[in-house]
Amino acid sequence: MAAAMLVVSPHAAGMERAARGGAITLAGIAKQFGATSVLRGIDLDIRAGEFITILGPSGCGKSTLLRIIAGLETQSAGHVAIDGLAVDGRAPDRRDIAMVFQSYALYPHLTVAENIAVPLRMRRLTRLQRLPGARVLPGVARIRASIAEAVQAVAATLRLESLLLRKPAQLSGGQKQRVALARAMVRQPKAFLMDEPLSNLDAELRVHMRAEIAQLHRELGATFVYVTHDQVEAMTMSDRVAVILGGALRQIATPSVLYRDPDDLAVAQFVGTPRINILPALAVARGVDVLGASISVPTGLPIGTKLQVGIRPERLTARSGEGAFAGRLAYRENLGSDLFLHVALDGAPGPLIVRSDPSLLDTVSLGDRVHVDLSAEHLLLFDLEGKRIRPAGSGGVHG
Amino acid sequence: MTGRRPAPTLRLLRHLLLLAGAVVMLAPFFLMVATSFKPKEEIFSAEFHLLPQRWGGTENYVTALTQVPLVHFLLNGAIVTAAIFLLQVLVNVPAAYALAKLRFRGKATLFGAVLLCLMIPYQAIALPIYILFYQLGLLNTYASLVLPFTISVFGIFLMRQFFLGVPDDLIDAARVDGMSEYGIVWSVMAPTAVPALVAFGIFSVVAHWNDYFWPLIAVGDQSLYTPPLGIAFLKLNGEGTAYGPLMAAATIVIAPLVLAFLVAQRRFVEGITFSGLKG
Repeated sequence: MAAAMLVVSPHAAGMERAARGGAITLAGIAKQFGATSVLRGIDLDIRAGEFITILGPSGCGKSTLLRIIAGLETQSAGHVAIDGLAVDGRAPDRRDIAMVFQSYALYPHLTVAENIAVPLRMRRLTRLQRLPGARVLPGVARIRASIAEAVQAVAATLRLESLLLRKPAQLSGGQKQRVALARAMVRQPKAFLMDEPLSNLDAELRVHMRAEIAQLHRELGATFVYVTHDQVEAMTMSDRVAVILGGALRQIATPSVLYRDPDDLAVAQFVGTPRINILPALAVARGVDVLGASISVPTGLPIGTKLQVGIRPERLTARSGEGAFAGRLAYRENLGSDLFLHVALDGAPGPLIVRSDPSLLDTVSLGDRVHVDLSAEHLLLFDLEGKRIRPAGSGGVHG
Repeated sequence: MTGRRPAPTLRLLRHLLLLAGAVVMLAPFFLMVATSFKPKEEIFSAEFHLLPQRWGGTENYVTALTQVPLVHFLLNGAIVTAAIFLLQVLVNVPAAYALAKLRFRGKATLFGAVLLCLMIPYQAIALPIYILFYQLGLLNTYASLVLPFTISVFGIFLMRQFFLGVPDDLIDAARVDGMSEYGIVWSVMAPTAVPALVAFGIFSVVAHWNDYFWPLIAVGDQSLYTPPLGIAFLKLNGEGTAYGPLMAAATIVIAPLVLAFLVAQRRFVEGITFSGLKG
């Protein structure tokens, strides 16, 4: 796949760069399917022109939330407003949004050009004017010409000109995805809703399309609501990420805050590969006791309180000399740029994952005794329920 | 079955078995066509020849076409089967869409009712329908030939099974694009279901083109006769049975179906295997 980036000229597609609204407000959205509660009281303010990602594992309710915004699903409780206007109960096509689906959802019997034209045909032509022989009616030819022009412009933007006469079955996955984007763009909606649009593509194409979609967002200036279970997509493309776990909104923050300063143990565990290390700890006089190692960190907790500490693999250092913890090297993952060591600590439930320099590969081998050190300021404290403990004056975010 | 080729004798046996089956199936048709070409004396002679010894085809076909208004019967058949099929599609496709893709109260019960109706042979309800049509004064009309068959539960079932395979995303995309539910039915679902519609069309047309039972009950007026009734009329007409013209008429009646099948064969097989659209 050529690495050519999309160059979208705002004028080429007749699109205004200026923000054209698209703020979406969700208030207390809940959804039940029978006795199962899929979404629980979601409050979310999406700013106009923002690229927001709704991130969560499969089955967390994120797609349902997107479908509620689109109007394809009716919420059991709560309200959806677009640009301050309540749209509850309004049909999807009357919400001024466009949607891109995981399976692309192109009409298999229509050509690429006809597929892209559908939203405009439905809007600009009446039922009568859409009939096969309606070309002879007054004004229809002019409207059809304007539609063809808009299709051409969008096709040029997404480099689809040479494919306009093909049927979807004759396209590759990446091409289908671009046609789906074109069909969404052609009517210049306030907001684009995307439901895992890249998950049917192969890895290389996914990276490429990630960049294309981010670029498209910058050029169009419309609101993008992007649903994914892939944290890399969420971290690389979004202005803000909303993490949904078990039907509840756990945290909404920029990707870097989400990674460095999670509100919640579940969020900390969901974001970041490999996973954050979690160890049991006990509050002591001037810090915490983790597996017998005393770490000086303000907690503001009464002595003896049980808690959990989280530390990212890259905040740990493995060394052969002294360190806070000691254990045996159980497994090594060499990714070329990084080396992940799985250290089975004495007395710990699972192995500790430590990112280290691949040069260490020559000096340690499986079964070796390894010492692990950590920087206390990167320790994240959680209570036993998984809620983040932010002791007063600790500052919260570091590095 | 594994990809290993069975022993040659077994393969030969298998082909012989298939060949025997084909002969059993094709023999009546072959005899029908052959008899339609034979002169009267040869048909009734004690000596049997597979192929006609003397050409009697012209006379048989001329008799078949002139003694009864066979062309008129064929036209009736075409009108009735086309009307039945069109009305069936008009009912089946929206009903199947609702049963396959919409969420509503009582859907499972309705689908159960469709399955139940599949079990009812139409001979069983022919008399009640006859009485109903008598009360409505519809007997002896084109409507009486068409209306009983406008709702095909088999068609609803077949189309519903096909629609289950159409991805939901496609329907949602159509809704976001601004299509109404009927718009979705006719501009999205129906075009993707062409193979299934063709398959259903063949079943429907063959069944109603060849139907003898209901037209025999419903119409008495010769001008409304469908081809099978017409053939029977030919048989009863005149002195004794004229097998030559009868077989000629039967050949003429069956020919359109065979031609239509040959044209639509590929689509037909596609529809049966439901390979038209994959999610």
